[in-house]
Amino acid sequence: MTAQTEIAPAPDAELGKARLRKEDERLITGQTNWTDNIKLPGMLHIAFVRSPFAHARITSMDVSAALTEPGVIAAYSGADFAAEQGSLPCAWPVTPDIVIPNHPPMATDEVRYVGEAVACVVARDRYAATDALNAIEVDYEPLPPVLDMRTALEDGSPKVHEAGNLSYDFLFTQGDMDTAFHDAPIVLERTYRQQRLIPAAMEPRAVVASCVGGEFTLWSATQIPHVLRVMLAMVTGIPEQNLRVIAPDVGGGFGSKLQVTAEEVLAVLIARKLGRPVKWTESRSEGNLTVHHGRDQWQQLRIAADSDGRIRGLEVDLLADMGAYLMLVTPGVPVLGAFMFPGIYKMAAYSFRCRGVFTTKMPTDAYRGAGRPEATFAIERLMDELATELGLDPLEVRERNWIKHEEFPYTTVAGLTYDSGNYEAATAKAKGLFDYDALRREQQQRRTSGDPVQLGLGVSTFTEMCGLAPSRVLGSLAYGAGGWEQASIRMLPTGKVEVVTGSSAHGQGHETAWSQIVADQLGVPFEDIRVLHGDTQVSPRGMDTYGSRSLAVGGMALVMACDKVIDKARVIAAGMLEVSAADLEWTPGRWAVRGDPDKGVTIAEIALATFAAHALPEGVEPSIDADATYDPENFSFPHGTHLCATEVDTETGFVKIRSYVAVDDIGKVVNPLIVEGQVHGGLAQGIAQALYEEAVYDDEGNLITTTLADYLIPSATDLPSYITGRTESPAANRLGVKGVGEAGTIASTPAVVNAIVDALRPLGVADITMPCTPERVWRAIQAARGGDQASAAEQHAARQSDQTQGNSPQGVARERGDAEQSGGAA
Amino acid sequence: MTEITVTVDGVKYADHVEPRMLLVHYLREVVGKTGTPVGCDTSNCGACTVLMDGQSVKSCAVLAVQADGANITTIEGMANGSLHPLQRAFHEEHALQCGYCTPGMIMAAADLLRENPHPSDTEIREGLEGNLCRCTGYENIVRAVRRAAEAGVSE
Repeated sequence: MTAQTEIAPAPDAELGKARLRKEDERLITGQTNWTDNIKLPGMLHIAFVRSPFAHARITSMDVSAALTEPGVIAAYSGADFAAEQGSLPCAWPVTPDIVIPNHPPMATDEVRYVGEAVACVVARDRYAATDALNAIEVDYEPLPPVLDMRTALEDGSPKVHEAGNLSYDFLFTQGDMDTAFHDAPIVLERTYRQQRLIPAAMEPRAVVASCVGGEFTLWSATQIPHVLRVMLAMVTGIPEQNLRVIAPDVGGGFGSKLQVTAEEVLAVLIARKLGRPVKWTESRSEGNLTVHHGRDQWQQLRIAADSDGRIRGLEVDLLADMGAYLMLVTPGVPVLGAFMFPGIYKMAAYSFRCRGVFTTKMPTDAYRGAGRPEATFAIERLMDELATELGLDPLEVRERNWIKHEEFPYTTVAGLTYDSGNYEAATAKAKGLFDYDALRREQQQRRTSGDPVQLGLGVSTFTEMCGLAPSRVLGSLAYGAGGWEQASIRMLPTGKVEVVTGSSAHGQGHETAWSQIVADQLGVPFEDIRVLHGDTQVSPRGMDTYGSRSLAVGGMALVMACDKVIDKARVIAAGMLEVSAADLEWTPGRWAVRGDPDKGVTIAEIALATFAAHALPEGVEPSIDADATYDPENFSFPHGTHLCATEVDTETGFVKIRSYVAVDDIGKVVNPLIVEGQVHGGLAQGIAQALYEEAVYDDEGNLITTTLADYLIPSATDLPSYITGRTESPAANRLGVKGVGEAGTIASTPAVVNAIVDALRPLGVADITMPCTPERVWRAIQAARGGDQASAAEQHAARQSDQTQGNSPQGVARERGDAEQSGGAA
Repeated sequence: MTEITVTVDGVKYADHVEPRMLLVHYLREVVGKTGTPVGCDTSNCGACTVLMDGQSVKSCAVLAVQADGANITTIEGMANGSLHPLQRAFHEEHALQCGYCTPGMIMAAADLLRENPHPSDTEIREGLEGNLCRCTGYENIVRAVRRAAEAGVSE
């Protein structure tokens, strides 16, 4: 009943203000409450024995010797949990006939990836627990590993599971593909590789579990305390009301902590067995092996176009590596991409096929962008190929195909309705910031002069779907839960406000941004608001934080809860002022009599009067607190134009990002500082995929990149400074906001690779497999030149070893994967 | 067990420790200084950086017994009544998101500015190369260190 139909920011509005973060004080002073900081009386430490084989049968297991080691309280194998450990959940059966293998938290008879837990020791401290692992005896009968998803589906391939190596075959076709491709003047076919990545949040996973009188508390470095609680109840049979899950301060996630892990389940079961609290904290090496990985696809693409470059149809055929098991949303990640391959472009026909394939590797699952970076990479690489085919500027071919700003809302060939966007505006702004035309001229000069350092310009005009998600859409995709979010507003008697949110932050800055939103809605000072989250006992309902959903979904829940508070306050204000509620008018912070603005009461006065409850109108409950649950009508569709200039040394293969412009349209901005930070961090991760990172398994299925010396997270010297800009086309929610958490990652990977290929195209290089290390770039140049690769490679390797050190992008981790690079240059 | 005497953030501690105990575990689990986190096991990430006799060290790469007699400053000892200029600069430039790398980043930056009070952006990036951040893309970290330098943190 309030007059609030849309948000009209006042001059002093919090929305849009660069508020410094409330979270920071504890984080910069070392007072943070990480899970590994927690110490409970009598707490024990768990250490795990993990499989050294990619695939093996456990033939014998004896943990008894560990029990005689100093400080050891217990030792367990999978058999000890067999009756109670259940199977780790997969919440997204994407097809009716999907194969979801049993996934015991601790293996009992067969192991299917290196790092799978087979036994554990529980001891007085972490040193004693680790020492005693050596006393556990496990015998294995090795089985053949399955390491390449391209051959895993062939007849005669060894099987990961009895049912075979195909988990699912997902098909999705829109429009008439035959017509689109028949007689098309241009048909391009390309194959792209999305390498396997390790999310590598800076905080390793950690778990503390306690069981007192049948009531369980689990502290975990998780993104999803609410989902985890439900899933733990389902997996273990522990009654949900007896489970409390707390996500204390969490040090980044990027999807890797959107999971129900073996260690979480086992810690709870061990706490119950021993009646004592237990802790497990992973080492980084353990984490690289056993935190779910990301990406890992082979993408086969065909695009049909008219001779003027207009796209007629797109065919996508994916192989997606599931790893050894399906974890929480493993099969759904590539399927999320199904809707994004057409990107911002109009076309009449589209088909998508994805086969999820089992291998004897760590399962894959959500990693920043989850399905959308893969799709965006493919279409944005293809658009450059199309431009080359036609002899057009890559921006020109995009403009001929993209949805014009006056065409919104627009329903794409994939069936999504984009609510808003202005690709022309974002591109124009980006071109200006980048000085596109001057860089093109410089590129031409370098080409003409035969400069050994060539300049390349990379374009990525992307959109993505985030703000997960309308529950009915998730239902139609067979996802196991809804996509709503909850918020509660508690008006305290002193006029202060507690905001309870189901969004579970792990670095994003919700405590600050949520305070800004509520301050505007209720007209209370930013400083008077406290945001509570991440504990199922404090915040009982929620769907947590992933998929750039917090603001677009959780933020809207706040607005709805504030509406209810204001409505309830109105009735009480009417009583206080002895007027009819209909005669009152709301301005943020105050109900006053219409036409007599001096006669009014503030929300703080109403809160105190409600607390006292001495003179409330008849039949009115003494509370103006409110809960609200928001289920979005649609996804959120941020978009933007990213432009990257790379200098590629054709003699060494070294790539330097000379400039990077990111113009993002994320609708209204709540806090520009936070937005800027999200964009920077997103760019860093997308650039890292393009240039540095890859999880590598050897021929026997051992992960080689177990440390941060081998898995190359970029440092400050590896990344450029960014130029960022924004355009704004408000989303169709009342806040006008879109998600921003994944945009930078989704956009930047193809921008960088397009720039490298653009630099080298005159040399005959048409593609380079990621990560585009100096060695791979150099090899691609050599292959295109048709030189004697073998001897040239030796010379190059010698030169590299002179120039580089172990932890540089040219280091040891880059000396592999060349089987995947054959055909890199066409 | 070996007896060591270590001054941590201005307080003197005498403890018996296993010779193999890492300094970071000593700080976290014996002294209770959990402000210094552990991010890896190969000394690559720098999250555990502290000052040992004024110089930055990765406390996962130092044994507690090696710190015998040393003066250790952790992130918890940086604020002296009010925030250290680097802490304030990290806050004001939004140079942290999840904050896990922040203690080590601030301690490494303190050592960087001690050696070079007015570094260029390139020198800041090179000086912090041993500290990894997964959230910020480093842009605002560089700005924060520059800001602290301009405020004269080393003086």
